[in-house]
Formats: sequence, C-alpha cells, structure tokens
Amino acid sequence: MKAVNQAIPKIDSMALVTGKPVYTEDLAPANCLVVKVLRSPHAFARILDIDTRAAIKLPGIACVLTHKEAPKHRFTVAGQSYPELSPYDHLILDEYVRYVGDAVAIVAGETESIVNRALRLLKVSYEVLEPVLDFTKAMDHPSVIHPEEDYENMVEIGSDRFHNLVSSEGFEHGDVDRELAESDLVIDREYHTRANAQAMMETFRTYTYYDHNSRLNVVSSTQVPFHVRRILARALGISASEVRVIKPRIGGGFGAKQSVVSEIFPALVTFITKKPAKILFDRYETFSSSNSRHEMQIRVRIGASKEGAIRAIEVNTLSNTGAYGEHGPTTVGLSGHKPLPIYNQANAFRFQSKVVYSNTMPGGAFRGYGATQGFFAVETAINELAAQLGMDPIALREKNMVRVGERMPAYYGEVLSSSALDRCLVRGKELIGWKEAFPSRLVSPTKVRGLGMAMAMQGSGISFVDTASAEVRLHDNGYYTLQIGATDMGTGCDTILAQMAADSLGCDLHQIIVHGVDTDNSPYDTGSYASSTTYVTGNAVIKACAQLVEQIKEAGAELLELSKQAVEFDGDRVFSLQEGKEISLNELAQRLVFGSNRVLSGTAAHSSPISPPPFMTGFAEVEVDLETGKVDLIQYVGVVDCGTVINKNLARLQAEGGIVQGIGMALFEDIQYNERGRMINNSFMQYKLPSRLDAGTVMVEFEESYEPSGPFGAKSVGEIVVNTPCPAIAQAVYHATGVWVRDLPITPEKILRELRETR
Amino acid sequence: MKIRVWINQKEYQDEIAPDTLLLDYLRAKGCYSVKRGCDTSNCGLCTVWLEGKPVLSCSVLAVRAENQHVVTLEGMQEEATRFGTLLAQEGADQCGFCSPGFIMTVIAMKKELDHPTEEDVKAYLAGNLCRCTGYMGQMRAIKRYLEVE
Repeated sequence: MKAVNQAIPKIDSMALVTGKPVYTEDLAPANCLVVKVLRSPHAFARILDIDTRAAIKLPGIACVLTHKEAPKHRFTVAGQSYPELSPYDHLILDEYVRYVGDAVAIVAGETESIVNRALRLLKVSYEVLEPVLDFTKAMDHPSVIHPEEDYENMVEIGSDRFHNLVSSEGFEHGDVDRELAESDLVIDREYHTRANAQAMMETFRTYTYYDHNSRLNVVSSTQVPFHVRRILARALGISASEVRVIKPRIGGGFGAKQSVVSEIFPALVTFITKKPAKILFDRYETFSSSNSRHEMQIRVRIGASKEGAIRAIEVNTLSNTGAYGEHGPTTVGLSGHKPLPIYNQANAFRFQSKVVYSNTMPGGAFRGYGATQGFFAVETAINELAAQLGMDPIALREKNMVRVGERMPAYYGEVLSSSALDRCLVRGKELIGWKEAFPSRLVSPTKVRGLGMAMAMQGSGISFVDTASAEVRLHDNGYYTLQIGATDMGTGCDTILAQMAADSLGCDLHQIIVHGVDTDNSPYDTGSYASSTTYVTGNAVIKACAQLVEQIKEAGAELLELSKQAVEFDGDRVFSLQEGKEISLNELAQRLVFGSNRVLSGTAAHSSPISPPPFMTGFAEVEVDLETGKVDLIQYVGVVDCGTVINKNLARLQAEGGIVQGIGMALFEDIQYNERGRMINNSFMQYKLPSRLDAGTVMVEFEESYEPSGPFGAKSVGEIVVNTPCPAIAQAVYHATGVWVRDLPITPEKILRELRETR
Repeated sequence: MKIRVWINQKEYQDEIAPDTLLLDYLRAKGCYSVKRGCDTSNCGLCTVWLEGKPVLSCSVLAVRAENQHVVTLEGMQEEATRFGTLLAQEGADQCGFCSPGFIMTVIAMKKELDHPTEEDVKAYLAGNLCRCTGYMGQMRAIKRYLEVE
C-alpha cells in the first residue's frame, strides 16, 4: 500500500490555508436577493394575522412570504434515507410556531439593510398558547404540540402525538428482572445529558437560482445533498428531477448539516420569484433556530455479582426532541444499542425509550448521535459499580467486555469480527500513568488530581440502509476522476477515498481527481453521517476501481492482441511477461479516444448488512479546586481501534477534535432557556466552546485491528471519538472529590453543592 | 461617506455607509478569506491586520481604516503557504473555515513575540476558536513553524 495508512495532507489543503473563495458564501452571485426569516418570539403560538403591507411597499423588497403563500406539503427536515423514521411534522412556514426562533415569515430583497427594515415593519398577531417547556412532563401536558391533521409517520414508530409522544421502542434479551433479582449488587441511577450546539465555524448558508434548463439549483453547505434534493422537492411540491444540489467546501457540520435547515428559505424565494437568492444564518440564528444534540434523561440499572461479573444491564431513555421530531426516533436508539453490546458477558439486556416533543429548539444530529448520551450514562454507572465493588474500573471492564467472534445480542445479533479494545485498555492505562496516579493525589492543600476512564464503541454506517456509490473513470491523459456522493465537510473524505482509489488502481494519489458533490453528476450517496464514509463509501470506491482494472486489462489485451487472461495491469502498463508485450496506461488512454468504441469507467454501489464497531478507550486526568469547584482538564489520553488507519494524520485529528468536543460537553456546554422558553445562551459570548486554554493536553494513539469487511481493513472513526470524555471526566472528578455529578455539564456549582451536602 | 484605504498595498477610494464594518467592506472588495463566524467578537475568524496589528474586522468600522493599511490573507500568500503547509502536514486545516483568521494571528504572533513558550502561544491565540481540530494539531504546526527560523 502506497497511499493507505500514510499521513497524507488533505488534497484541498492549500486552497483552504491560503484563504481561497471555496465556500458557499464566497461563490454566491452578487445579484442574489438577500433572504431573511422573521423568528417567533413565542414558544408556542398560533399566527392569527401577518400584516405585510408596509413591508412589501419598501423599494427593493422582492417578496414577503407567510404560511398563506407557502406550499402545504408536510415533510421532515431530517436528512435520512426514505422512508424516514422521523415524522413529517414540518412545513416551510406553518400557521403554528412551536419554539422561540421558529420561522414566521420570509423576506427577500435587494440589500440586507432593506430586508432588515422590512422585517421590522411586519406586524404579527399571535394567539399565545401554553408551551411545554419541561420535557419530563410533556406526555401529561394539556398542550398538544402537533395536532395538525396532515401529520404523518412514514414508518410505525410507536407514536402517540396527542400525548406529545414522537416514538417509543425497546428490546429485551434474556430475563433482566430475574438477573437483577439474583444479583449481589444492583446499581440504579439516573443521568441527565443536555442539549449541546454543534457550533461548526461556518453557519448555515445556501444560495439558489434557476439555470438555463429552468431547474432549481441549490448550492448549500450540507452533509446530505441527495436528501436535500428529495426533501426540497417534496416541500415545494415539485419533482426531484427539477432540483439540483451542489455542495462546495463546507466549514464543518458535526451533524447539524444533516438536516435541511437553511435550504428551504431561499429555495422557496427562488421558486416563487424565479430570482437567485441567498441566506446566511448569523450565529444567533444558528444557535437558536436550527438543531442541537438531544437532551436525554437516562436511567441505568446494572446487576452484578460481588466478584464483578455483570449479569444484566437495563437502559431507559427519555429524549427531548424539541418542537419537531427530526432525528428523534433514531438518535434515541443509539443510547441503548451502542453502550449495551460492549458488555457482552452479561446474560440479559433491556432497553426502553420514549421520545417526546417540547416547545424548545428541535434536536438533531450531533456527532455520536445518542450514543454519546448513552455512554455517559452506562459508563458512569459501570464506574459507580466499580467504586461500590472496590474494583479497578479497568479490571471490571476486562472481565465483562465483548471479544472477537462473539455474537452481540444487544447489537442486532451481529458477530464481532474485529476488535483491539483489549489493547486500547492496556495502552491507555500506560499512557495516562494509571498505576502511579490512580485514583487521586493531592497536589496542593486545596487541589486534588483525579483519574477517570471509559470505553466506547460506535457503528460504521447504518446496516442495510446506507448506500454509497462511486464512479471512477479513465481519462485520455492517463488520469482518473473519482466521482463520489459522500460529502467532505472538512474531515478529509475526498482525500481518504482518493488514497483508497490510488492503491486500488496502483497509481499515485495525484493521478486521482476527486469530484463531489453535485446531484446531477455524482453517483448516489446517502451522505456523510452515521460514521459511514470510510466504511461504506470506501467499499464502493474499491468495487468501482476493481471494475475499472478489469476493463483496463480487457482494453489493453485487445490492443496487444492477447486474451484478457494473459495480461497483467500494474498501474502504469498492461503487459504480458510471457509474450514480451506491453502498452502504457497513457498510450492505452489515448487510443481510447481515437476511433474507439470503448469508455472505461467503473461504477459500483455498496451497502452493508453489518456495521462493524470501532472501539475506543479514554482516560482523563483532572485537577479540582476544592474551594471553588473549578475543574481543569490536565490531560486526556485516547486510544482508538478504527481498524486500519487510512490516513494517520486525519484520523488523529478526528480523534483529537472529537475528544475536545466531548470535553466541552462534559464541562461547559449546555443550551439553556428562560421560563418563557427563550434560549438565553445563543452566542459564543454566552455558550462556552472549549478554547485552546481549556483542552489540556490531548494525546491520541491507535491500536489497529483488521476488519475483514472493511476497505483495507478499516472501520469508522468520525463519531466514536466523542463518546468517552463525559464518563471519564465524571469519574476523574469523583476520584478527586468523592462526588458523582450525574447531570451534565460538570460545573463548579454542582460539585460544590454536592460536596456541601456530603460533608 | 468617502474613505481612502490601502488593502494589501493597493489603494481604494470608496463611498460607503458610515456603519459599514471593515469585515463587510473587505469581502465586498473581494477579500473572501475574511470570514464571519460570530456576531460577538469571540471567534477570531475575521482577523486581519490594521497597520500591522491583528484586529477583528467585525468589530472595526471601515471608516476607522481611513488612510491606513489593511492586510488580509490574500496579501500574505507566501507566508500563508509557508505556515499553511505545516498545518496541512499535520492534517490540522480540517474544514479550513477558521484557518485564514487563525493564520493571520499566528503570523502576527511570530512577528510580535520572541521565542514564545507553549503557554504564551495559547494565550496569544486564545481568541481563535476552532471546532474541528481540538487545537493539538495546530500547536504541533506552530511549534514547527517557530523552529524553522
């Protein structure tokens, strides 16, 4: 392998670091109408009237759109494969507004200042309704958030929307009640994880225009161009063939852009006015009118013998999907399906879940997608079990964790085909200095350092659902284009897929030109989410290249007047040693465009019946000031098994970045609302992202396994890396203070309150 | 109102609204490397140099640049390539959206601080947020950059 498993810079790097205009806003034509959205000041209200007369009269205003003008085709904004598990509960503009920040009206005009003036001139009268702000009381609340008649579920998901229940599901393996009853020790705890903002640096943005064929072109910062095409077509009531979606460079997504957030507004404006239009969400809007990580309340019960053999684990999750159900029914599943299978020695598992509406900003996709919430709960409960047993938490895990070759009943019955989890535990223990520093040490009269750890898994794509295709084509200059529908959002998937193609074709990386994504030209791909790109799209690339190699051999053999079986292809030439004949790839490529009847192009799709889990261990060292409760992260060690590491730099950066996002979730990040349902921390001034002063030292290593079904032995890496910091830091804080904080984030106030109560 | 300003050594004279932000003025002049990441002067994405000093162009009125010299990443291509290559070799460009502002600050830091420690570097760059990298790869690139000369 020449390219795979190397530390290769991203192929688009130099454009990015020299500031070239490659993002959506940079590319938007100057004559775009500026589009802005009037946002609801009420958490729940019915719009009685919108007086648009003064606004529409302003010179330079192109249109003012309200729910009366907007199409009435209900849809979900969740970028998921059709038929989606998320309910069809959205309209572009609705008669009801269901959270502070929900869309009321759309204004488009020639300049930003004129649009701002028009927004101020809109007079809206509302019938204010009683909002549901406490999601734990949503089901018994007299207000019904989605009473609309055209509400629709594509798939049966156990919903009862008249009780604000979006969905409910669960599974059981073995007899949990009996195992718990017969256990020496039962841990029964409730954990609470908060809504977090994805906070990618590039906010939501889209521009739209009609092309020479009268088709709606949508250029957008999205992770899911093909889903955007389908969803926009439905929302506008037109055929998907009339919509083209293009994804330029993206300034980060982390799941936020797996929903249709900004696209619907300029699309409707262009649809109605036939003029080009653009929308740029500001940071406030990005915080308060998009989506976030789902807030969850998770009860965990674990039964174990006094020797530390886990007999049963039960997870019961209540998830707050906010005002709309996008990604609600799916994220919640991962809070059980990911943390449970890792403790495969248990005899019984039970998972129960409910997803409820409330009048807060909708949840959505955010790296980890429910697994992160589940791992905080289950791994903390395991750590609490270790403390009660007086057992080393690493030893407890080694005794109970899943091993290669075992069937995982809590993971759809899949058999574990690759794992270096055991080595990840051993290596992490060494790197953090576990033997020397466990569990805690006093570093000054008022400061204590504590160690904590956790382990986690994720999937590699959605089994039986995710579908990726790739096309690789030989050009007359001996170069290849690799067409993909997977969306590089900064992660570097264009590069790692090119690495795979280069090794599959036996050529240099620079001979591969990667192109994506344009729904008119790119082969279908569900998009970049669910940790799918390396594993699912990677396999499609390998298949497409294998097809092309066969075609090259066939064409070469024909020109050499040999049988296909008699020739070899080494990347540079088709040859037969026996016959002493050869033709270079360049010459072959030239001959194919001169009086030829052949085109050489491999196209393949891939979907997987399994989703092999990557694994990770995380180890945290924190320093807690016992007088103030302040927690400083000193160092974090992450050891990752993502199978073969395709790109050593990019995988490492994924891990470091994911860990620091996890540190933010553990210590600071918490979307908060006031008593009227208004988000109170909707800016970087108020919502704290980890800065480089907060991240301590993060050290990442890889323990590679080889996944037989993966491309070059690879599994995923994108999401697994965010799952360990919350439980590892919670345990480190416990070792430093004796206090378990079960409600994220772990703030000084919570630590001090607990400390005072226990004293 | 009328202003005269030098952007990347080229003189411009324009009629602008008094409340025009330097960020918007620079983008209107084709300096697309200058990004807006927040509305509260917290993220550092819009960092440019005004008279050789890094400023947040979202918090400076364009008229404040009257008769002054502004440098954006477009006017710093050679140095951006030098440091950017090191950043790319670490894979630490990632989505790249914070890179221009970050790189403008790093180059300013190199000019301003003599042999900075790791703590000095962190403090100088504390106002440059990045959501992708977790900062470690950026630090590795900075260390190599400072070692070079």
